Amino acid sequence: MTSAVIWAICLAPLLWLILRFREDGLGANPIEEFTHWGGTSTLILLLLTLTVTPLRRWAGWNLVRYRRRLGLAAFFYGLTHFMTYFALDQFFAFEYVLEDIAERPYITAGFAAFVLLIPLAVTSTRGWIRRLGRRWQRLHRIVYVAAGLGVLHYLWKVKADTLWPMVAAVVLAVLLAARLKPKGARRRKARVGR
Amino acid sequence: MLIRVKNAGLDVPSSEITPEETYLNRRRFIAAAGAIAGGHLMAPALGGKAGRAYAQGGQDFSDATDELGGEVNTYEDITTYNNFYEFGTDKRDPSRNSGDFQPEPWTVEVNGHCARPGTYALEDLLAPHTEEDRIYRLRCVEAWSMVIPWRGIPLADVISRLEPTGSANYVQFKTVVRPEEMPGQRRRLIPILPWPYLEGLRMDEAMNPLTLLVTGLYGRSLLNQNGAPLRLMAPWKYGFKNVKSIVEISFVEEMPRNTWNVQTPHEYGFYANVNPEVDHPRWSQARERRIGKLLRQPTLMFNGYGDQVAHMYAGMDLTRWY
Repeated sequence: MTSAVIWAICLAPLLWLILRFREDGLGANPIEEFTHWGGTSTLILLLLTLTVTPLRRWAGWNLVRYRRRLGLAAFFYGLTHFMTYFALDQFFAFEYVLEDIAERPYITAGFAAFVLLIPLAVTSTRGWIRRLGRRWQRLHRIVYVAAGLGVLHYLWKVKADTLWPMVAAVVLAVLLAARLKPKGARRRKARVGR
Repeated sequence: MLIRVKNAGLDVPSSEITPEETYLNRRRFIAAAGAIAGGHLMAPALGGKAGRAYAQGGQDFSDATDELGGEVNTYEDITTYNNFYEFGTDKRDPSRNSGDFQPEPWTVEVNGHCARPGTYALEDLLAPHTEEDRIYRLRCVEAWSMVIPWRGIPLADVISRLEPTGSANYVQFKTVVRPEEMPGQRRRLIPILPWPYLEGLRMDEAMNPLTLLVTGLYGRSLLNQNGAPLRLMAPWKYGFKNVKSIVEISFVEEMPRNTWNVQTPHEYGFYANVNPEVDHPRWSQARERRIGKLLRQPTLMFNGYGDQVAHMYAGMDLTRWY
């Protein structure tokens, strides 16, 4: 049951896209709409991946075994988002893409976030988890940086209305804060240790 | 001597405000000036297929093109893909959220350095002038563009009638503020933009024969999402200059602030002339996507209207005055 719900969450953006397409074929500027869809889906899935640990810690609800699925879904949408930009929007115009990455901060941040997600997706297999051991966890902390860059990408992209990027930033901040060990707990632990 | 006309035109026909002889003379002068200045300037815009559509009375634009051969965008695209943040920031928001907006009746306040200030009913402001259909390219700073058959009157005609004085170096335009009808203006937490939306033109830009006060498109009245009932159209500038739902026209001495320049000064200037060589920090302006087309196309200097407007910026550093 839980597995089915997680699958539904991972695939929900595709369903949304189909419904949106049936509504008006993605509107007057379908490439733009498709690009926004990919970016939004990536960010939402990334934030959902980051809720697994706080859920276990504060609600005692362990979804750790579904975390890889959520993370790979985020990567899948991120890859779609990048390819939409690269292939459809820019039509493989390397010259302009490189200029964008180098000169436009929001694209620099978004591209960096995407690049950082690649090693995480590659090392998500059981084999790599075993091979990397303790280092695997350290490597996968990169996801915090990627999520932060993703939010920055969104914030720097909008022209004026920062409401939704701010919501994403607050959600991310809460999810990251929920990972910090409370001072009291650490002290208590220390005392017990003594 | 300063003449104040209060509520000019609200229930008085404009022919009574201005002595008929003066008024007719002025119109004759404007018509003559138009024939000399505008005539050859407009010729390319009205030639070929576009000219045919114009001759047809502006009803069917399905085969029409601009003078460069660009096909006119569909009525649906033009009326569902809009940047009009007063109704929300998604491109579809204006068409969806503008149903409550009441563009009638409408008055425009004219103030500042001019001989005929006052509050004009829209009909009276426009009545003495003849509407024209003109096919213009619209280039958004976000690097997309459309070809749109506007209907409107040259701004120069209206300005001449309002008789700006020598100190009127700039014209400022203000969009209506109606939070009860415009959902985008209702948000308290993190407002979208500071309202009212303000824009401005230098007097010579305002008097350029290309500059229109738009009342319609595709031969029909403007829909709310396109800036009903009255908006600006200066086609060599980025879209955001073309202020919508205008309620106030002020003749001012100093360069007025414009909303986007106030919001993000290093990204948006006062002039905002389409310029493929000066990039916006977030978008390359070298190319654009014509709505309805897959591949991007090169952006033209002054959006392709250089012959008509470049002389106004001779000697100006357009990197600085972006």
